[in-house]
This record gives sequence, C-alpha cells and structure tokens, in this order.
Amino acid sequence: MSDVRPRPGDPVITPALIAEHGLTKQEYERLVGMLGRTPTFTELGIISALWSEHCSYKHSRPILKTLPTTAPYVLQGPGENAGVISIGDGLAVAFKIESHNHPSAVEPYQGAATGVGGILRDVFTMGARPIAMLNSLRFGSLDDPRVRYLFSGVVRGIGDYGNCVGIPTVAGEIVFDPAYANNPLVNAMCVGLLHEEDLIRAKAEGVGNPIMAVGARTGRDGIHGASFASEDLSEASDAKRPRIQVGDPFTEKLLLEASLELIKSGHIVAIQDMGAAGLTSSSAEMAERGDVGVTIDVTKVPTRESGMSPYEILLSESQERMLVVAKKGREDAVRGILAKWDLTAAVIGEVIAEPVYRVTEGDRVVAEFPGSRLVTDCPSYSPDARESSAIADLRAADPFAIPERPEERDPAWTLEQLLSAPTIASKAWAYRQYDSTVRTNTVIGPGGDAAVLRVRGTNKAIAVKTDCNGRYVYLDPRVGGRIAVAEAARNVACTGARPMAITNCLNFGNPTRPEVFYQLKEAVAGMGEACRALGTPVTGGNVSLYNESPSGAVYPTPVIGMVGLIDDLSHITRATFQRDGDAILLLGELGGELGGSEYLATIHGKVLGAPPRCDVEREKALIDALLEAIRAGVVSSAHDCSDGGLAVALSECCIANPEGVSGAEIDLSSHSALQDRAILFGESQGRIVVSSPAPERVIEIAAKAGVPCARIGRVLRESDTLAIKLPKRSMRSPLARLRRAYHETIPGIMARTPEHATFDELAPVAAH
Amino acid sequence: MKFGIVTFPGSNCDYDAFQAVTDILGEEATYLWHKDHDLQGSEVIILPGGFSYGDYLRAGAIARFSPIMQEVAAHAKAGGPVLGICNGFQIACEAGLLPGALMRNLHLQFVSAEVRIRVENSDTMFTNLYDRGEILRMPVAHGDGRYVAPAGVLEELEAEGRIVFRYADANGSISADANPNGSERNIAGIISEGGNVLGMMPHPERACSALLGSSDGVRLLESILARVAA
Amino acid sequence: MAKFRIAVHITPRKGLLDPQGNAVRDALHTLGFKAVRDVHVGRYIIVETDAYDALTAEDTVADMCAKLLANPVTEDFEIESAVPA
Repeated sequence: MSDVRPRPGDPVITPALIAEHGLTKQEYERLVGMLGRTPTFTELGIISALWSEHCSYKHSRPILKTLPTTAPYVLQGPGENAGVISIGDGLAVAFKIESHNHPSAVEPYQGAATGVGGILRDVFTMGARPIAMLNSLRFGSLDDPRVRYLFSGVVRGIGDYGNCVGIPTVAGEIVFDPAYANNPLVNAMCVGLLHEEDLIRAKAEGVGNPIMAVGARTGRDGIHGASFASEDLSEASDAKRPRIQVGDPFTEKLLLEASLELIKSGHIVAIQDMGAAGLTSSSAEMAERGDVGVTIDVTKVPTRESGMSPYEILLSESQERMLVVAKKGREDAVRGILAKWDLTAAVIGEVIAEPVYRVTEGDRVVAEFPGSRLVTDCPSYSPDARESSAIADLRAADPFAIPERPEERDPAWTLEQLLSAPTIASKAWAYRQYDSTVRTNTVIGPGGDAAVLRVRGTNKAIAVKTDCNGRYVYLDPRVGGRIAVAEAARNVACTGARPMAITNCLNFGNPTRPEVFYQLKEAVAGMGEACRALGTPVTGGNVSLYNESPSGAVYPTPVIGMVGLIDDLSHITRATFQRDGDAILLLGELGGELGGSEYLATIHGKVLGAPPRCDVEREKALIDALLEAIRAGVVSSAHDCSDGGLAVALSECCIANPEGVSGAEIDLSSHSALQDRAILFGESQGRIVVSSPAPERVIEIAAKAGVPCARIGRVLRESDTLAIKLPKRSMRSPLARLRRAYHETIPGIMARTPEHATFDELAPVAAH
Repeated sequence: MKFGIVTFPGSNCDYDAFQAVTDILGEEATYLWHKDHDLQGSEVIILPGGFSYGDYLRAGAIARFSPIMQEVAAHAKAGGPVLGICNGFQIACEAGLLPGALMRNLHLQFVSAEVRIRVENSDTMFTNLYDRGEILRMPVAHGDGRYVAPAGVLEELEAEGRIVFRYADANGSISADANPNGSERNIAGIISEGGNVLGMMPHPERACSALLGSSDGVRLLESILARVAA
Repeated sequence: MAKFRIAVHITPRKGLLDPQGNAVRDALHTLGFKAVRDVHVGRYIIVETDAYDALTAEDTVADMCAKLLANPVTEDFEIESAVPA
C-alpha cells in the first residue's frame, strides 16, 4: 500500500463535507474501515460517485437479482455496458435503455441529447453497430407552457443528436400526465447489431497493458454537485465551473467509427464509455470485472481546461470519451486508428497485478483503494416497504360508481375526446423531427405497434418497442409491472416477432420512503412474473430513483424495452387495416374493466380503481396464437389494444396511417352483460385486434391455443365511417373527425406560443 | 461502372449510397476518404447525406475545403456525373457546383417524412428512365432544406429546365402543403448548367426497396448507368 | 422616450464544451491558419427599442437576454452600450 496523504489545498474532511457528498455516517465509517485511515478529498469524491444510487444500485440490487436473466440465446446478461442476445446466422443484437431524467429537467435540449449519446456508446462499446434508437418520454400536461418548453427541447435534443450521428430513431412512447409535471422522464434505448465474434466486454485484463483515454478532452462538465464544496469557491468561480454536459454528436460519430474499427483491429482488450462518474466508474468497473489492479495518472489525461484537480478529472462527465485497455505495444496502432478519425488517445495508466485501485498525480498518490472492494463493497439497503393507504383506497374505489357525463350519451364524443388526449393522439409532431430511415433498414418506423428493422444479409428482422403504463403501476405496482412487460411483448408480437428479451429502466421516487420502496419491490416482482411466463429474460437496464419534486413522486414507471425476432420478412405485420372486406377479429376477451383507464383520467379526471387484471400465462398463449396465425399467412393486420381500449384501438386501425385510411363496421351488441363504456374504453389486457381474409383459420388457431377469439366486424375500405353496434346503442364516427382528433391535436397545442421559450426554441442550433 | 462515394467526417448516408449502388444496382462502389486526392477511377461521384464536420458554421461550409473536393470539382468541370444528396446538395452549393443555397427549414424544425416529388425534366442523365410529370415517393430528412436563390437565378433555372424535381402532392399539384421545408417554387432538386451535377434534398438511395416503402429511387441510379454507358 | 440601438453578443458559456467553435477552429487549422488558438461561435443580435435613456435601454435588453435571447444555462451574453438610433 502506498502512503496516501491529502493534497495541499484539499478541503478538510468534515461531517458537512461528507454530507454534501451524499454519504451517511455509516457509509463514511464503512469507507474508513475499508481504507484503515481517513480518506482524502479525492477518495471521498470517488466513493461518493461509486456509491451513488446511479452507480451502485444500493437500493435496487437485491430486488433486481430476483429477475430472470438467462436463456440459451442470451450471450450477455446484466452487468455489462449492454445486454446481448444471439439471433442466429452468427449475428447478435446488443441493447440497453438508460435514463437522463435529471439533466433533462435542468436543460431539456442538452439533457436529452447527452442521454442519447451515452446509450449509443454503451451499445457500440460491445462491438455492435447501433441500428436504432427508441425513446420513452413522460411529461406533465401540455397545457402547461413550461411542459411545452421541456417537450420541444427534449424532442429537439433527441433529434439533433441521433440525426447527426446517423442512427434512426424508430419507436418509443410519449405520455403526458400531471404526475410528471416537475420531473419529466427521458429514457433512451439503443439497439445495435454485431457479429458474435466481435463481441467485446469491458473487462480489464493483462498485467502491463496500457489504459488509454480516447476521444474528447476532459472538462469540468457534469462534475457532481458535491465538488462545489471546496471552501475557496466563490460565486464568481462557480460561474466558471459549469456542471451541465454539452453533447457533440459530430465527435460521437467519429468515436463510433473509430471504436468499431479499434474493436475489429484486435489491438485492444476492453473498452468502456466514460459515462456517469466518468473516469472513476469506468476504470473501477473494468478493474473489478477483470479482477485486476489499475493505476491511473491524472496528469496524463488530456484536459480542456488548465488547472483541473484530480478530483475534477476523475469525476468529470464530459461527453464522447472512452476508456480503452490496449494490448501492450499496440499503443501506436491504437493512436493511428484514432488519428484517422481526427481523434486522440493518451496512455493514462496501466493494468497492474497488485490488487489496488490507485490514482496518482505525477508521483504523488492521491487515492488508493484495496482491490476491487471499491465496487464490490458498496452498501446495499432493503428499506421498509409499505403500501400507501391512500393509494390502496384509490384502488378499492369502484369506477362504475362514477356516473356518465351527459355528453357520453353519444360515445362518438367520448371517442374523439380520447383520441385527442395527448397520450393517445398521434406523436408525429415529435417523430417527424427524428430521422427514422437512415441506414435503410426501417421497415416499420415510428407510429407502429413496434418498429421493425430488417437484418441485412438474412431473411430476418427485429422488432423493438418500449412500454409502460405508470398509472397502472401507481394503482397496483405488481399488476402494473406485469402489464408493462406483457404490453411490450404484445406490441412486438403484433409485428410478427417472437419476444426475445428485455432491458428496463426503473424510474421511481425516493426509495427511503416505504411507500416508494414498496412500489419498486412489487413492480419488479410483477415484471419478473411476466418475464418468466413470456420467456423474455432481462439483459440489463438502469435504475433512476429520487424522481420527486415538492409536489410528490412521479408515477412509478418501470419502462420496458423489448426486442423480438421475426424469422421471415414475409411475416412482418402492420397495425392498420390493409384490405377491403377483411374480417375483424378480437383475440382475447372483451373484458369490461374500467379501473386506471385513460377514459377515467381524460373524461372524468379520475385516477382510481384496480388496473386491469393481467394473467401472464394467458398473455403467453395469446402471443403464441397470434404468431401462429401470422406464420400461417392469415393475418392482414394486428394491433394491440391498450390506452383508450377497444374503441381507440379500432380507430387507430382505421386512421393511424393517413395514407391508407379504411372504414369499419363493428358489432358488439351481443355483450349485453357489460356497460357500453367498459366495452368501448375499458383497458382489459391480453387483447389484439386482428384483420384477416380467413377468419375461420384464425379462430381455429386461437381455439387450439385456448385463446378466446371472436369475429367482431369487417373492414370497409371505401367507407368514411367507423360504425360500432353496442348492446344499448350504436355509434357512427366519421373518419374525418377521428383523423382530426388524432392527428391534429398535438401540432395544434405546440403551435401555441411557448411562454418559456428560449432563443434556441426559435432558432434551433445544429439542426440539419 | 464505378461509383465513388465520398466519406466526410460526419457523413452518415455514405453506407446507404454504397448499398444502393452495390446491392440494388449491382455496380462497383468505393468509399472516397475526404483527406485523399484520389477518385480511384470513379466515373460517378456521390456526395452523400449526413452532417459533414457536424454541419457546424453552415451546412456543407467546411466540407467543401476537403482535399477530395478539389478532385470532385475537377471531375465535375470535366463533365463527370456528380450526385449530391441532402448534405451532398448543400456541399455542392457551398462549393459552387450548383447555384443557390439551402437554408433552415421554414418551420425551423428538422423534417423526416416521406414526400412526393414530381419529375420536371426527364431528359437529364439522372432522370431519363422517368416520365416527365411522374410522381415519385422518397424520404426526406433534413433541417436545412429550404432552397433559395436570387430571382434571376431561379428564372434561369426555370428557363433552362434545370429544376429537376419539385415537391408535389399525390395528384401532382405543386402546393404549399406538399412543400416540407419552404423551398422556393417547391424546388427539391436542380441540375448544373452542364447537366452533370444533380443536387437534391430527398433521398433516392433510401427509396430502393419496396419492403422499406418505396423503390422509386432505383431508376435514378439506373438512369445514370443508361446514360453514361451509352 | 428616445430610440436606441443596442447590440448583444451571445457566446457559449465559458468552460462549456463548444463543439461548433472546435469544428471551425480545426477547419481553420487545416486551411493553414495555424496560429488560431481558439474559436467560439455565437450570435450577434441588434435590438432597436424606445427607452427613456440609454441606461434603461441597456437594462431592458439585459432582461431580454435573461428571458429569451440567451439560454442562461448554456450561454453568456455581453451588451454593448446603447446608441441613439
């Protein structure tokens, strides 16, 4: 062990400084115990970052361990930069989702942009070429001008970054609910394609191998707020120390090409993004995975500004940087590849046999931790979990006790209200700002049930989707967790894909509050049940806690990113009605539930009742039946029934594609035991609207799988109406009105003057 | 026939152009590195889409100073075919291979959508397999696609039949609604005085497969083949 | 009331990564302007406004910068002295 002493000028370690670094007294004592001495300021900074929730998962690890993570085709499960599954033909798919909620709340444009950049790097550091981006976004009500500012800033940030790097943004979801007013959720998912033999892991190996910093220089961006604690900081110097990270998609593109070339070259043994907690966490994690020691000299790290302290260099979150372990003697070859892309690489340390994590500043040792305990010895908590009685009461409330509004006498009115609810309405306003066709693989882009990308050189395609209904999870976290997985699986299956595996992003409130921890525990348990039943293991993900504002926590929102595989391009299926005269069938039961529905929220302003039941075995049977029918060639279209219920799903089948509108005639009049509004707008799970030229075959396949299936109507290509016959009444909705409600709502709202506009809002920078 | 596809730092449609030429057209293609001075015997040059040099300062402004652009300019001057798509169109304008400029879209937003364009001149080396007035479907994806030029230049372009494509609706009418970026006179693509440099904002290389939505771009590439081979 | 003309320079906030400035700097180096040490690309805005006096005009423009013209998280601004217009 080395002699580690404070640097001249380091602040004294005081209880206040410890608290500002987010460490509890017990955690600090644990640190002192590990070191056998008082930590230096630099060491305190390192531990503060590594033991943060973001890096350590200290509140979620025990829970996450309960999730299934294996399948014969899983090549890489949780614990790496991204999960990887094999799709045959020697090819594999790498994918991961991550949150950038807090940065996006502060500066929506850069926050979202750097979120996209980070997740791209996580995927290409596995040796995969990114082929698609998805985004799962949650905002408050669009009536709030600040929400419009956040929404447009986030969308522009996602677009500018992904568009410039040249990765198509193909799918996702956007939900608007007051629960997210002060705390938007911005989750980005990236999917990449690789040859199995190119898979590389971020595992430091080989004593004597050089550690290199690659890509952009290190500045003072994004340094943990705690770094502002040093005593000599005045307000003036604070202004010089920006915390916000700025993304440079141009450098990212170069880094992407250079990294893939590096991985192919065989000159390196490991590569990892310097993401959250920058150099510190990337180097510590690579050392831990390889069970080796590392030493890093911060004076060798290329910096953007002079006078940066070891603390700042270690904790900087400057973007577009990589940490690489090269093979000894190949340093120049590595530099050569980077130079081709106008990037630089500097040797900043090496892999050592001695089991320590050591940071030097020239000859002076400024931080040293024993072995891999830096990562493995972080605390782990299982706080109290207790359901909020207020939420339990809400769940127990009977939605059918809410009387219908007078306008509801005409269900067409209700339907239009729902189609123009921003959560349901077309999000084309957003995704028209995303390049969705670059790289020429996009078969189904934004707006479909899931996006579909062909896999060049094969007859296969992959389907991808993110999903989560936070309202359900709020009302019943276990059921909501199940539904999030099941809905993502259904969406993927509707395109003809077999659901394969998931990544997840757990967006929750403060876990030290028992009611939040209860939600986390229960939601993950529900996810696990669904993943096991559907055979879709978890290959990784991200946890974002403390999503709270003075007005409370966000809805617990475990976003599921699902990847599915389509074995034959001819199986690719679209959501909208395709052929005149096709029979319309409902796979699954009509249901009749209303709890937690968009109908209650939009029409009655209520969030209550039990969310719809979710029987995961039945979901599995439903998906199997659908896929069998698709493979049999008897399915013209398939669309998942979700927010807004059957009436909204049918409307979307008719009008979601403005280029191919169809009318339809539906008869549900035999279901007299159910309320009309529950038939139309209830959100019972496990239902898919299918159109088919051979309905008997579909019914036969469903019957064999034990899945209810009823013929409910037919497609009328030339009709300009959606007509639905109900037990107690009938409704006729002119398609023109449905189209207006669905397609024109969000553009209309966003055309309102943004009261909180910035100049950028009026003249976007770097938008091409 | 050999196609040379220029890769600038930040190009991101070079791969799509390469695939279209090799996979769909079945011709030879090679990437031309921006730092090189060698067209490697390419008979047709494609300036692909993307964000060359991040498009910082102005779209295409920095790319035109690349070493390879000197060779591309010489190739164009000698009558060699050059196809500039999206960012490539911007670069061709900045480099003076085509008149006018491309400015920020009128609505100030990036636009990614399938558009329809009407073939205005089917007598060029890039459009000879189309019919005049034919409506093509192709994706656009750009933030700076609003074509502008001085009135005199526009008149000249009109008079000489150098407006090759205009944004149109499904019925072929040239309306403001069909114009995704506010381009003057709905201009989607123009050709040089010599008829050998075509610049266009829509992406023909992304419209080469019915599976992906449209194969209307294939004939553009085939037109070059037909004309140059003849 | 009199009419004033005030110029505002808006630049990326000091210390923040300036990708645009860097790209232009590198391009200038390639073009042979080797002596260039750094480049920052910003905006130059001219506001013409009525005000009681120059000082008030400048104060008003500073307010405009804080509210709209500049993004306080990512940009710095500098206001030139108001001149009668």
